[in-house]
Amino acid sequence: MDSTRRNLLVATGALSAVAGAAVAVPFAWSWWPSERAKAAGAPVEADISKLSPGEMQIVEWRGKPVWIMRRTKEMLEAVKAADDKVSDPKSEVDRQPDYAKNEYRSIKPEYLVLVGICTHLGCSPQLKGADAKGEMGADWSGGFLCPCHGSKFDLAGRVYKGVPAPVNLDVPPYMYLSDGTILIGEDKKGA
Amino acid sequence: MGRLMALWDWFDARMPSVAEEFRKHAAEYYAPKNFNFWYFFGALSGIVLVIQIVSGIFLTMNYKPDAALAFGSVEYIMRDVPGGWIIRYIHSTGASAFFIVVYLHMFRGLLYGSYKQPRELVWIFGVLIYLTLMGEAFFGYLLPWGQMSFWGAQVIVNLFGTIPFIGPDLAVWIRGDYVVGDATLNRFFALHVIAIPLVLLGLVAAHILALHDVGSNNPDGIDIKKLKGADGHPLDGVPFHPYYTVKDFAGAVVFLAVFCFVLFFVPEMGGYFLEDNNFIPADPLKTPSHIAPVWYFTPYYSILRAVPPLFNSQFPGVLAMGVATLILFFLPWLDRAPVRSIRYRGPIYKTALAVFVVAFLLLGYLGTEPVTVWGQAGAWLGHADRATVAARVFSLIYFAFFFLMPWYTAIDKVKPVPERVTM
Amino acid sequence: MKKLLAAALLAPLLAAVTPLAARASEGGYRLDRAPIDPKDLVSLQAGARTFVNYCLNCHGAQFMRYNRLGDLGLSESQIRDNLVLTDAKVGETMKVALAAKDGKAMFGAAPPDLSVIGRSRGADWLYTYLRTFYRDDNSPTGWNNAVFPQVAMPHALWTLQGERKLELVEDKEHHGAPEYKWTQLSPGSQSEVQYDATVRDLVNYLVYMGEPSAVNRKRVGIVVLFVLGVLFIFAYALKKEYWKDVH
Repeated sequence: MDSTRRNLLVATGALSAVAGAAVAVPFAWSWWPSERAKAAGAPVEADISKLSPGEMQIVEWRGKPVWIMRRTKEMLEAVKAADDKVSDPKSEVDRQPDYAKNEYRSIKPEYLVLVGICTHLGCSPQLKGADAKGEMGADWSGGFLCPCHGSKFDLAGRVYKGVPAPVNLDVPPYMYLSDGTILIGEDKKGA
Repeated sequence: MGRLMALWDWFDARMPSVAEEFRKHAAEYYAPKNFNFWYFFGALSGIVLVIQIVSGIFLTMNYKPDAALAFGSVEYIMRDVPGGWIIRYIHSTGASAFFIVVYLHMFRGLLYGSYKQPRELVWIFGVLIYLTLMGEAFFGYLLPWGQMSFWGAQVIVNLFGTIPFIGPDLAVWIRGDYVVGDATLNRFFALHVIAIPLVLLGLVAAHILALHDVGSNNPDGIDIKKLKGADGHPLDGVPFHPYYTVKDFAGAVVFLAVFCFVLFFVPEMGGYFLEDNNFIPADPLKTPSHIAPVWYFTPYYSILRAVPPLFNSQFPGVLAMGVATLILFFLPWLDRAPVRSIRYRGPIYKTALAVFVVAFLLLGYLGTEPVTVWGQAGAWLGHADRATVAARVFSLIYFAFFFLMPWYTAIDKVKPVPERVTM
Repeated sequence: MKKLLAAALLAPLLAAVTPLAARASEGGYRLDRAPIDPKDLVSLQAGARTFVNYCLNCHGAQFMRYNRLGDLGLSESQIRDNLVLTDAKVGETMKVALAAKDGKAMFGAAPPDLSVIGRSRGADWLYTYLRTFYRDDNSPTGWNNAVFPQVAMPHALWTLQGERKLELVEDKEHHGAPEYKWTQLSPGSQSEVQYDATVRDLVNYLVYMGEPSAVNRKRVGIVVLFVLGVLFIFAYALKKEYWKDVH
């Protein structure tokens, strides 16, 4: 083929391909969450000023239950004591933001924030306090039991050894707006 | 590369030859070399069909065919869906573009006698496409559920209600209810989104297959297959690929530029492409003071309105409108001229066509306005609305163009037709 | 012949692009041209403020999200602090406080949603309508309107414009259009010039709210047409190259 013809073909072809890709952009882009979906999934404010020690409140965020528990000193000690009963005591697996990758898996040890969905198959576990020894066994120091397949988590949401669930419960992004208010769904990085 | 070829051979041994089809319909389909401006519009119609299908599919991803939710879902697409406004405007601009392109494509047929023997079937499939397209547009227009959507549908379905004996029951059956409502919206959605597009695709395939079987006409109306070269190909023909693929590509870019100008700068087109009143949600209790169909239906609406009620029924008007559309089917047999192209026809046909075009355009304009738009005539016409009188005259011209055609095309003095095409 | 057809095809395009002559409303009152500038963010912000303070009590704008007002150069906290007067979250839409049923009972007609009023009525109509309310003791609300006779809506902005009276003076001599004579009965907090500016800004906002992506649309359009222009140069050159062979 004549070189002028080939060059024109290549140039036109390349430009058309670019234009074609540009046309595809708005169509593909339309699949991202709409403003309505983003508004429904917006961060949720939780008032924790009325939580008494040992009490837990549940808040909905993005259609999921989020637990906020005010842990007592005994509960925090129970977390330390469970270190060798859980599979991932140091939270190596990435199920929490950096500020929750610590001993108590939270920004402030006193308040635990967890997504209340079992990491096995998605049921919502139940709180079983230290006084549930009759049901949970003599060395139960408190935590969560998933009713579907029996997975157990401690009072920092860490998964016990030998249960169906593979990893610790998720800690959502969150931040303190004040001592009495937590914003779930957003942290200082602006999630 | 060898593996790719082996894969292709495996496929080719099990399917009809793709290469053969490409040769038959593109690389070795010899089309006349003298195609002019009027010959772009067939390919452009195909392009708009694809544009409407793709944009339509993406609209369906967010549109809600529920009377309570439809209007809101369109605004949701316009505001909340990323890039949604582009997709909406593509589809609304495309709807009007489709009719502009199809009308010009049909006009080419009138200019060059493309409907004449042996292409009568190409023309018949084409008229079927046109009627199907009108149905598709009508069903689609209800979906935004604005005031014009609702009342336009109400009026048109009521027209079916004027058919003697079966009319009222027919109207209820079409609506699925006593008044246009949610049931109507749901079924029109199904028809618009899948049923009619499938029919359209089938008819377009038939249209092109019928054309390729006999070969394309040309602006001189002469048969290029009569004079073949030593290689067996028409002397006045060129292979469609690459000559017309490359020419239609350039034409398509120009078309897309005009299309995008409208889309991005004047998507409402002064209220003709997106009507002001359709930004008011449908209200069955409030009739707009002025209901008009979308511009591409207005010539026929004008004809309907021009016929006065007879025996307390608007049915004669409906009948006239129906005849005005169906008469198109008979064109190949109404035209008795011995030549195809207007270039070699006599003065009678040229005059008739020019007058027809003017009448059609004016009927279209009148259909967008209320009948009082040109005021009242004097006492000699009984103080009738001037626009109604004009519409009646133009309607008569419209019908005369077709019904008198066997006579005036037979007596028209034609010119001798050349042997070879003129570029 | 070709030129005539080209003209016939271009005419509607030109008609849509060139500004229309001043139109009359259905009541027969001549509409003023709304002097709005869609790029004037300060005007739009002022209009938004007027809208949420004076209109959102009875009317809704159910398709307009509060946080979309970021288009007007406002931050989310500015929107939340100044423009959200209910307990709505900034990502929610401008729902109306007044239920449609109650609105119908109070006014005789439910106040329509205003999300796309800028598109259905148009800027000129809205600009003239909001400036031509007058006192009418025969109406249920005590108000009437020159552009929309017998409107069920009272003069929501009357504290700004004050009360005015309208007299229709018939031109019996020349049988021309009636003359509209306006008289100020009591002053509002704004002068005529100030009130016209307030309404201009409000209408600017209503037009924006009808299609928030309008400014962006035109911007994208310029880029698209430029790309298509360049593509055409190549496509045409390619066509000419191949058709060299054909005579």
